[in-house]
Amino acid sequence: MYLNQFLLLAAFLFCVGVYGVLARKNGVLVLMSVELILNAVNINLVAFGAFHATVTGQVFALFVIAIAAAEVGVGLAIVLLIYRNRRSIDLTEADLLRG
Amino acid sequence: MLRNAWIIPALPVASFVVILFFGRRLPRQGHEVGLAAVGLAFVLSLVAAAQWVDRPATLVVEGPAAEGAAEGHATLEAAPAPAGGGHGEPGAEAGAEGEAGEGEHEVEPIRAPVEREVTWYQNGPVTVRAGTHMDGLAVAMVVVVSLVSLLVHVFSTSYMHDDRRYTHFFAALSLFTAGMLIMVTSSNTLQLLFGWEMMGVCSFMLIGHWWEEKNNSDAALKAFFTTRTGDVGLLIGISILFFGAGRTFNIEAINTAALSGGMSEAVLVAGAAALLCAVIGKSAQFPLHTWLPDAMAGPTPVSALIHAATMVVAGVYLVARLYGVFWAAFDIGEGGVNPVALFGGITVLIAAALAFVQSDIKKVLAYSTVSQLGYMVMALGVGAWTAGVFHLFTHAFFKALLFLGAGSVSHAVHGFDMKKDMGGLRRAMPTTFATFMIGTVALAGIPPLAGFWSKDEILLGAGENGYGLFLLVGLVGAVMTAAYMTRCVYLTFFGSYRGHGHPHESPPAITVPLLVLAGLSVVAGFLNAPGIAKFGEWTENATVLMAGVAHHEFSVGTAAVGTLVGLAGIALGFAYYWRNLGPHRLTDRSAGARAGYRFLANKYYLDVLYTDKVVGSIKGPIARAAYWTNQKVLDGVVNAAGAMARVAGRFVYDVVDQKVVDGLVNGAGAGAEESGGALQVLQTGRLQQYAAFLFGAVVVLGGALVLFA
Repeated sequence: MYLNQFLLLAAFLFCVGVYGVLARKNGVLVLMSVELILNAVNINLVAFGAFHATVTGQVFALFVIAIAAAEVGVGLAIVLLIYRNRRSIDLTEADLLRG
Repeated sequence: MLRNAWIIPALPVASFVVILFFGRRLPRQGHEVGLAAVGLAFVLSLVAAAQWVDRPATLVVEGPAAEGAAEGHATLEAAPAPAGGGHGEPGAEAGAEGEAGEGEHEVEPIRAPVEREVTWYQNGPVTVRAGTHMDGLAVAMVVVVSLVSLLVHVFSTSYMHDDRRYTHFFAALSLFTAGMLIMVTSSNTLQLLFGWEMMGVCSFMLIGHWWEEKNNSDAALKAFFTTRTGDVGLLIGISILFFGAGRTFNIEAINTAALSGGMSEAVLVAGAAALLCAVIGKSAQFPLHTWLPDAMAGPTPVSALIHAATMVVAGVYLVARLYGVFWAAFDIGEGGVNPVALFGGITVLIAAALAFVQSDIKKVLAYSTVSQLGYMVMALGVGAWTAGVFHLFTHAFFKALLFLGAGSVSHAVHGFDMKKDMGGLRRAMPTTFATFMIGTVALAGIPPLAGFWSKDEILLGAGENGYGLFLLVGLVGAVMTAAYMTRCVYLTFFGSYRGHGHPHESPPAITVPLLVLAGLSVVAGFLNAPGIAKFGEWTENATVLMAGVAHHEFSVGTAAVGTLVGLAGIALGFAYYWRNLGPHRLTDRSAGARAGYRFLANKYYLDVLYTDKVVGSIKGPIARAAYWTNQKVLDGVVNAAGAMARVAGRFVYDVVDQKVVDGLVNGAGAGAEESGGALQVLQTGRLQQYAAFLFGAVVVLGGALVLFA
């Protein structure tokens, strides 16, 4: 077992997530991409933890999962409200903060 | 109470503050506060005195070692204390100069002083501490000062009645008392200086209490400036001793250093000489005695307080307190002549002579005070420490009594001139007359009244310590004292009444203090009478023992001579005034006598010397120099500064204000506007664009980290 395999998998997932966040217009998909990024991080944490034979990485991963759940809860509520107000979840249209 | 002695001076300080701020609103115009504070201070002083006398003697001080041991080391050590061990004993080991013949008797332990200090402030390596040092001398002084102050307060309630600055008067009395108490309880020279100057300021306020008359304010100024002249010496002396004794202000340490040879001879003599200047100024010794008679311009209770019991004895106290310094510097133990005794002796005689030509009753007492202060200084100068301190103690009572008696008389006849306003008052004022007589007899040194015991000890000390000249001075002074007091009593109370109106006895607030003081003038002397009480043993401290001040047994011979010269003085006065014997109207017949009288009446021309010659000759050139400096130097500087300020102002307005400051302000506004416009483009409100910036930045920073770290 090589650490590299996990790191490459995590890097791939991270890049997919970043692409999703930057390129998708659908708010729900953007949130899902954020989850991909977080899980890439989780893989890294667990992999490093196992590699160094400590439990710290897994504990951190559990924390990240819990926080990710909360974040998705808040994020989906925001998306839901945006949809109710504008009948659309296209993020490019939500530009009220334009300078 | 000995540990908490700071309360005693704190009381009058508090009373000063209360009277100053609330005095006028109080029902009795503030005097009840002063009376209560000083009364309480007196009670606490008595408690302290009782505790001191009760205190077990635990401190063993070896005097100068036995014969021949010139380099012998005397040690100070505390024996195991049975109760409440002594605190703050001075240095463990101290050498002392040997003196032959005094070492045979057993070394008896004395009471250890109670010292308590807090850190006042710290300046580099020097820690200045403030605190109280209670030993027999301090306790005796505290009792005398608070008692006389209390009686003066009582006296003043009647004497100063209806005065327009009644409240202010009592505030100043309180502060003055506080100053003296701070000084006598002080453990270090800095605090001593503090109390000393507090008294200086308060004496200025009190002497000039009726400042509407120019005479009074002049007298106040004169008292202040003359004592200030000496005070310069005090400052210098304290500084010299501070460095000489190894950077310490502690009095005990200074004394120990002086006596153990820890200071070089030159430093010691310079320090002692500077301190002597302070003594001469404050205790009105020749040639700076001129302020004291003038200070009689103040209210009479002030004279009784300041010029009998407190401020003027501050100098005597200073010598007694720093006795080690004077002893070592002037070789007091060796007899002959030394500066302290010399100034004291001169003062005894010249002041007594001046007392004969005064017609103002208070001035007679003033010169008498100067003369008696001379006695005290002389006593300390001839090595009779206990006698000097004891004379200070007894003199406080009978001189306060005489001053207050004079106040009572002047209260009745509304004047101070014995020749114009008084005469024959013994019938009109029996209480005042009786108490004044007791004071006079006590001052003349007739047994068994107070003055006899202390004067006798001084004469004894002068004779036995090898100061024959000063024994003679003391005897002549005693004759003169008795004679001028007889004259004063005759002019005031006998003969026929020469004033106007009908004199009457004073109210109880005036007569009660007189009676108390008269009682004390009778009994105070027994405190150091052989076989009755041991004032000497109570007051003598480690310094006195280390120096090896000689003690002498009561001698019937000296006592008899002292009494006889006193009686002789009274007899002379009696013969001259009552029996009309002697050379009357001598000044009319003899040119020599006339010249002598004029010389005395003009106070040896010392005032003329000071005001006309010294001040007069330097004030013209100084004024001209000051005017020239003002016109040429100061005005030039001021004008140049003004012109330069205009130029600089114009320059600042044109360049700095208009260009730089305004440029900055406008530039800031314009810059904000421009940059806002430029940045507006980036602010699209699109979330994904922001996220792209974020990730881009992370990539850039991550790249930088990989490349450069």
